[in-house]
Amino acid sequence: MMRSWLFALLFIPFIAHAAIEATQFDDPDKEARYKQLIAELRCLVCQNQNLADSNAELAQDMRHKTYELVKGGATNDDVVNYMVKRYGDFVLYRPPFKLSTLLLWLGPFVILAGGVVILIVIIRRRAKQPNAGMSDSDLKRAKVLLGEEDNN
Amino acid sequence: MKARFLIPFFIFIGLALLLGVGLTLNPRDVPSVLINEKAPDFDLPDLFDPERRVSSDTMKGKVWLLNVWGTWCPECWREHEFLKHLSKNEGVTLIGIDWRDEREEAKAFLAKKGNPFAAVGFDPDSQAIMDWGVYGAPETFVIDKQGMIRKKHTGPLYQQIWDQEFKPLLKQLEAES
Repeated sequence: MMRSWLFALLFIPFIAHAAIEATQFDDPDKEARYKQLIAELRCLVCQNQNLADSNAELAQDMRHKTYELVKGGATNDDVVNYMVKRYGDFVLYRPPFKLSTLLLWLGPFVILAGGVVILIVIIRRRAKQPNAGMSDSDLKRAKVLLGEEDNN
Repeated sequence: MKARFLIPFFIFIGLALLLGVGLTLNPRDVPSVLINEKAPDFDLPDLFDPERRVSSDTMKGKVWLLNVWGTWCPECWREHEFLKHLSKNEGVTLIGIDWRDEREEAKAFLAKKGNPFAAVGFDPDSQAIMDWGVYGAPETFVIDKQGMIRKKHTGPLYQQIWDQEFKPLLKQLEAES
């Protein structure tokens, strides 16, 4: 009895196997492109996931479509165009550079430049202030205090 | 330099404005690229009779609504009564696409709750709906006599949105040649 149960358990991995999507390519280049594409295309259901990571049913279908297209010899641009024609630039994690995405692409650099400008202004202003407002007597006192500490 | 203490205040106001605008935007509202484009053709097996086809060709020259639904989608259940009202009382031609569904379940659903659709195409693996850029259900499209998509609505239809956005548009489209 126990044996037959154990024997039956051997078949459990086959059940799990059924959940894996079968994507077989005859050409390693196509497989690499497929993987690159599903990593760059965005799932519209779970919007912060790409097609590769998403378990949404639409993502499964979009992966399948990508698979079919790539297998059928479509270039990366063909696949991207296919998706953009249907879902818009939204489907791309790397949207094209155009007027509506200007802020998206240039914004970080503008902020970086602003930060650098502020930094330079502050450093220059500090450099102009002589001794940061400490008088000679204060300085002497500080030295004495530090010297006393050394003696301890 | 007197107003220096106001700087954080203005930064706060700016940030609050920015975040406030962000909150009122709906990230689900992906702008459709298909508005005012030619509606994609579809040719799907009929839900009730797999031998027959439901195709966009038969709708040429008419103003019609395409509704994407599925029995797995709770909002579609909610919307169903309103769709029935539309087809019965507003004289709207509704074509349904039953998306990613079980045929028997969908048939039972319509048999039990009533069928507002002139025809229902069956699309279990997103063949047609991907062409239409659908990413959720329910979604409703308005197609004009020239076969152009004139409007897309994501989410369930209800009276207020019907009166405000659909009714005037349909009236205008019916008047077009």
